[in-house]
Amino acid sequence: MWLPRFSTDRLKRKDASLSEGAPLVVAGRAGNALHVQALDVRAHRLGLYKGQPLANARAMVQALTIIPADDRHDLKLLEQIAEWCDRFTPYVAADPPDGLILDITGAAHLFGGEAAMLTHVTQKIEAQGFTVQAAMAGTASAARALAKFAPGHIAAPGAQAEALARLPVAALGVEDKIIAALRRAGLKNIGQVAQRQRGELAARFGKSFVTALEILLGQHDQPVSPRRPLPDLMAEQRFAEPIVAEGAIAASLLALAQSLSSVLEQRGLGLRRLGASFFRADGQVRRLDLKLGGASRDAARLMRLLHEKLDALADPLDAGFGFDVIRLEAMLTERTEAAITSFDSNENAKREIQYLADRLSVRHGEARVLRFVAQDTHIPEAQSAAIPAQARDFASQSQWSPRRQAGDPPLRPLRLFEKPEEVSAIAAVPDGPPLRFRWRRAPFEVMHAEGPERIAMEWWENQKPTRDYFRVETREGQRFWLYRDGLYDQSGLAPRWYMHGVFA
Amino acid sequence: MTPTRVKSRLEHIMNNSAKIEELRHFLARTGPSLERPALSLGVAEADRVLGGGIAPGALHEVYAQDWAAGGFAACLAILAAGSAFDGKGGPLFWVRSDYEALEYGALHAQGLRELGGRPETLFLIRTANAAEALAAASDILACAPVGALLLELSGMPRALDLVASRKLNFAANLSGVTAIVLREGAQAMPSAAQTRWQVSTAPSPGMDDWGLPSFRAELVRNRLGPTGNWQLTWNPDDGIFREPAHGVTAPHPGRVAAALFDRPAEEKRRIAF
Repeated sequence: MWLPRFSTDRLKRKDASLSEGAPLVVAGRAGNALHVQALDVRAHRLGLYKGQPLANARAMVQALTIIPADDRHDLKLLEQIAEWCDRFTPYVAADPPDGLILDITGAAHLFGGEAAMLTHVTQKIEAQGFTVQAAMAGTASAARALAKFAPGHIAAPGAQAEALARLPVAALGVEDKIIAALRRAGLKNIGQVAQRQRGELAARFGKSFVTALEILLGQHDQPVSPRRPLPDLMAEQRFAEPIVAEGAIAASLLALAQSLSSVLEQRGLGLRRLGASFFRADGQVRRLDLKLGGASRDAARLMRLLHEKLDALADPLDAGFGFDVIRLEAMLTERTEAAITSFDSNENAKREIQYLADRLSVRHGEARVLRFVAQDTHIPEAQSAAIPAQARDFASQSQWSPRRQAGDPPLRPLRLFEKPEEVSAIAAVPDGPPLRFRWRRAPFEVMHAEGPERIAMEWWENQKPTRDYFRVETREGQRFWLYRDGLYDQSGLAPRWYMHGVFA
Repeated sequence: MTPTRVKSRLEHIMNNSAKIEELRHFLARTGPSLERPALSLGVAEADRVLGGGIAPGALHEVYAQDWAAGGFAACLAILAAGSAFDGKGGPLFWVRSDYEALEYGALHAQGLRELGGRPETLFLIRTANAAEALAAASDILACAPVGALLLELSGMPRALDLVASRKLNFAANLSGVTAIVLREGAQAMPSAAQTRWQVSTAPSPGMDDWGLPSFRAELVRNRLGPTGNWQLTWNPDDGIFREPAHGVTAPHPGRVAAALFDRPAEEKRRIAF
């Protein structure tokens, strides 16, 4: 799809008065000179053209409305239109500065065939106030060329080369210099160029020109990268009348979840990530992303998670004028065995725990539901890493071995301060345990102490001082883990003491 | 047997079965659930007062009186969720808000292992506030395979009232999941808890044998019976409490730190564990 008057249409949509009066021109800067970057239909009729120096245009037409180009806003709007086009097919790519590529493979029949889809899409976009030229072809670059030079054309499979043959050489989409050279050589349309020997063309215009030609003719494929990752599977429902009622939305979500889960079941797949898109009638698209800790295709369970997510949204789902399309997308699937109710109660219990973790992650955020993984390090604060419960599969076998020996008290505190807190301590001997210390403005008197357990930083972090840890018990019986930062010789007469943890 | 005798006999049985049914309902309403055995604390006197130990599928409150007393709640949770030695039980869900992590220290999985817990089955849920923590807790209590829930609530949050604690107790009753509520920096307030403990840490009994988690645990409320006051020492080796070994002066079996004296810094120092 090509929006030939994109920039000017954008301005006119914002300010209707620009449609009347003087012709509208958008001026862009190339190097140090201003030139015409976009122009509306009236300016075009007066003989102005794209790329014309602005001074020339001014000389030709005195009464011109000139507005400086704003590429950033243009791009933003193009992205918005691409987002809106998502309702036709999930495979949408913006083709800046003024084009859109829709891969409609397998989507056209939903609109009653390719021709009907083409008129439907163009009408919808024209209704928004944009001039649009659209065409369909087997490859993106062919469709782009046809849209610009033969709008409305639908190239049947296999007939793409014929359709392109009649287009002028300008449709090749290469530099103006090459096009001028082709014209001078008497090659007026693409068909004539295509008949030439490739070797000749490469010798004259370079290898990249031949590649561009072959891509256009469909002999080479050039991938189009979609704006969003494509779902493995999706189910969507379109409504003749936009729906607003909560009950209707829930019912349609349930129907979609059921149809998605039946397809998943046929293929032996389970969901790990589910996307839900709500297309509002006024063009807004709301997307939800749902992660699951274990693959599942249970529609009822998916529904409950979706409802949790909808309930937990910071800004609730606003139906506005209603949704006209609702879609569920299986963003990530993986192979799972058939969902049979296992007689193994252990297996069922595991599944229920997984489900509980999913629900908590959906409601409170996945970074707030954590599990622990043992790390191979002796630095206390790095020893256990808390990672989201959904991030990966966790070994059920214990990787944790106690540091203490049987009969010994715990050697590591149950609670560890993320940032050790400085205490003021008095020690009897400079490198001995503290006698008393002050922490959080309260004095503590040490009755028992054991240490030092010296923990040096890893050798690649040897700027950090070593720590001498002491387990201390206060007069009341509270057990703390204190350390002295650095060695006595290094830290001088006033060593710094820190509170790092609280034992049970 | 004559038909009238048969009839009267049947009526008798029917009456009896109706009575049994009634009794069952009565028990279900009032008494503790019969099929869930109590979790023995390991101290005979405390178990006797508690009717066999901590009741599973109920709410228990621990009011920590100092910084380290919260460990008592962790010990109870390990008891309820299954320790590393029996290998049974379900995962432990620990719910706390961001404030508690700052104020009382972040949960250290290695430390839980040192106490005899199973960090590999530990789920930590960090919530933004107490209301969210309560919501998460009721979700967790509805899931029967959960081993135990430890809900950490400090201060006096408005969301925690009698209704909230009744809901928690009810959910715990239904699913059989034991819920421990750890209250720090808080004053006792009315609740539906089965037991309430005021806990402070106790000094170690001996100079040599020190460092094991020991608590002065006061049972200030017990729905099923009398209250009491014990000194409990947690034994990380078998995941159960015991009475402190008073007066035992036997040498400590573990290795002890060497006495400190002035040494040249170059000499490689032995780590004392």
